[in-house]
Amino acid sequence: MAEVGLKNVKKSYGGMQVIHGIDCAIKDGEFMVLVGPSGCGKSTLLRMIAGLEEISAGEISIDGRVVNDVEPKDRDIAMVFQNYALYPHMSVYDNMAYGLRIRGLSKAEIDERVNKAAGILQLQELLQRKPRQLSGGQRQRVAMGRAIVRDPKVFLFDEPLSNLDAKLRVQMRVEIKQLQNRLGTTAVYVTHDQVEAMTLADRLVVMNAGVAEQIGAPLEVYAKPASLFVAGFIGSPAMNFLAGKISGDGRAVELAGGARVALADGRFASSAGRKVTLGVRPEHLVQDGAGTAAHFQLAIELVETLGADTLLHGRIDGKGDGLIVRVDGATMVKSGQTLALHAPPGALHLFDGETGKRLSD
Amino acid sequence: MVERRPFSNLLAHLILWAGIIVVVFPVYYTLIASTHNPRDIFNGEIGFLPGGVPTENYKAALFAGAKQVKTTPATVMMLNSLAMALMIAVGKIAISIISAYAVVYFNFFGRMFAFWTIFVTLMLPVEVRIYPTYKVVADLGLLNSYWGLSVPLIASATATLLFRQFFMTIPDELVEASKIDGAGPMRFFWDTVVPLSRTNMAALFVILFIYGWNQYLWPLLITTDATMDTIIVGIRRQIVTSDANTDWHIVMATAVLAMLPPVAVVVFMQRLFVKGLVETEK
Ligand SMILES: Nc1ncnc2c1ncn2[C@@H]1O[C@H](COP(=O)(O)OP(=O)(O)OP(=O)(O)O)[C@@H](O)[C@H]1O
Ligand SMILES: [Mg+2]
Repeated sequence: MAEVGLKNVKKSYGGMQVIHGIDCAIKDGEFMVLVGPSGCGKSTLLRMIAGLEEISAGEISIDGRVVNDVEPKDRDIAMVFQNYALYPHMSVYDNMAYGLRIRGLSKAEIDERVNKAAGILQLQELLQRKPRQLSGGQRQRVAMGRAIVRDPKVFLFDEPLSNLDAKLRVQMRVEIKQLQNRLGTTAVYVTHDQVEAMTLADRLVVMNAGVAEQIGAPLEVYAKPASLFVAGFIGSPAMNFLAGKISGDGRAVELAGGARVALADGRFASSAGRKVTLGVRPEHLVQDGAGTAAHFQLAIELVETLGADTLLHGRIDGKGDGLIVRVDGATMVKSGQTLALHAPPGALHLFDGETGKRLSD
Repeated sequence: MVERRPFSNLLAHLILWAGIIVVVFPVYYTLIASTHNPRDIFNGEIGFLPGGVPTENYKAALFAGAKQVKTTPATVMMLNSLAMALMIAVGKIAISIISAYAVVYFNFFGRMFAFWTIFVTLMLPVEVRIYPTYKVVADLGLLNSYWGLSVPLIASATATLLFRQFFMTIPDELVEASKIDGAGPMRFFWDTVVPLSRTNMAALFVILFIYGWNQYLWPLLITTDATMDTIIVGIRRQIVTSDANTDWHIVMATAVLAMLPPVAVVVFMQRLFVKGLVETEK
């Protein structure tokens, strides 16, 4: 068990910089998830922690020791790869025992550790099989077993579930989380799936183009996204964005289409006249009852029924910006209808029109 | 599925049978001839059925050689061929797998140069470089030796490229997993690369063994001592210009004997590499 510290970590391939200085302190026993779109540098960062990729600048430390120049095998980490990377010619037992043998552990101890890991992961029956005789989920477990037997300070996962079918992915997700809880080992987990990120993480790092846009607990990131990018990335379906500017009195946002959305009193008085992007999540828009003033008239173009919920896609006043609303699954609406919607002041997010940064409230 | 039409089916089978006859008939005829006595062969009276003296012919071929032109017994020649073919096959596989490993997994100075040098030698088989190679082997005092027979044929671009191609299909993650497990380059080679290459090695072994076994020009050139003759060279020595002086029954028996080891290697290794092909998966 150990902390992992990243200090201004950078990575360049040739002249091209792909990681632009990341600072992050991962606490002992924490489950940290690196999440971001494809190509944003998650794997690169993880591989730098593992020692598989050289660190161009900055410093990475594990358990207080700077490991920039330490070989992967001496970093006391274990990694689970997306395609499992099991040795195809070795049995499940040997796959798990191989690293221990190299480290020179006694036969008895290897046997004990492998059997214990096999017990935890329910692999006892499969120990003599070769990887090709296993299902995807079982291979995944073996890969985890190989990590567990090493009893490392840090687990590193690079999209370990993306080769599994949807149902198995959910099941393994739960297993990984329980396992990490039980072992209490620090874990760094890479994924591009925001649901996986939200459910697994103690804290997450949202990455975009080699930059850590926000580091925080899942709910904090959901409730207060630090930038337009994070707001759009976390949450499904994505947050609705509407361009506008803060009115002269600072009490509302005047949207490009003409609508006025009231803000909580006085919160943005100092930013009057500023160009902003207004964000509101589909699940926070409410159908306007009799009383409150409707902000939008949404002309519904498409209805997606998910069962528990229904997603309504439409345009403001039938011609303006596109908007998605999540309503209860029992709601009966058809495309072509118009719906009056209200955006409660508490659920609004404002981002600077130029920088995309969240306006503090 | 291709549509089934009786006529095209028939035609296909006819062509296949014609092919089989063209290939099999000479072999069959050699086999038949090797069981007849020399007089019948010389008079062209053997027909298509086995003759009556198989044991005598084969005994003579194996332990005495031809009589009219004195040649080495087939046992000695087969041993020479076996030594040569094995040294070439094993040597080529060993050297190629190591050089391919170096070219694929290490980033050393002059790596691309090394690769292209290997590649270029594809264009230089023994026949092209035979004179300088002969000179080198002679100067090293390797004439009339197993080393002289095999070493110049061992360096192989083909096998190196084959292994290189195969290594490039081994996922990088496997290398990385080994690194994390603490395996250095040597351990990765022995514990992972070699076991995964088993199938390729078996296939190459078959090809290279036959290649070595069938060498003619090179052994002919560098062996002057008849006891160093390989069997392919030996058969040629048993045949002389005048038909009457050729012991055709011995030639035929020796030819049949010369075919056996390659067949044995194919049959034995085939099982191994078909099994391998079915089983391996990266
Ligand atoms: N060996 C390399 N040489 C040059 N550029 C590279 C190399 N490896 C990665 N990159 C670049 O670095 C960037 C980050 O790659 P990385 O693999 O970390 O992305 P990722 O976030 O893991 O994406 P994904 O979700 O698709 O796996 C990409 O733009 C990629 O093109
Ligand atoms: Mg990746």
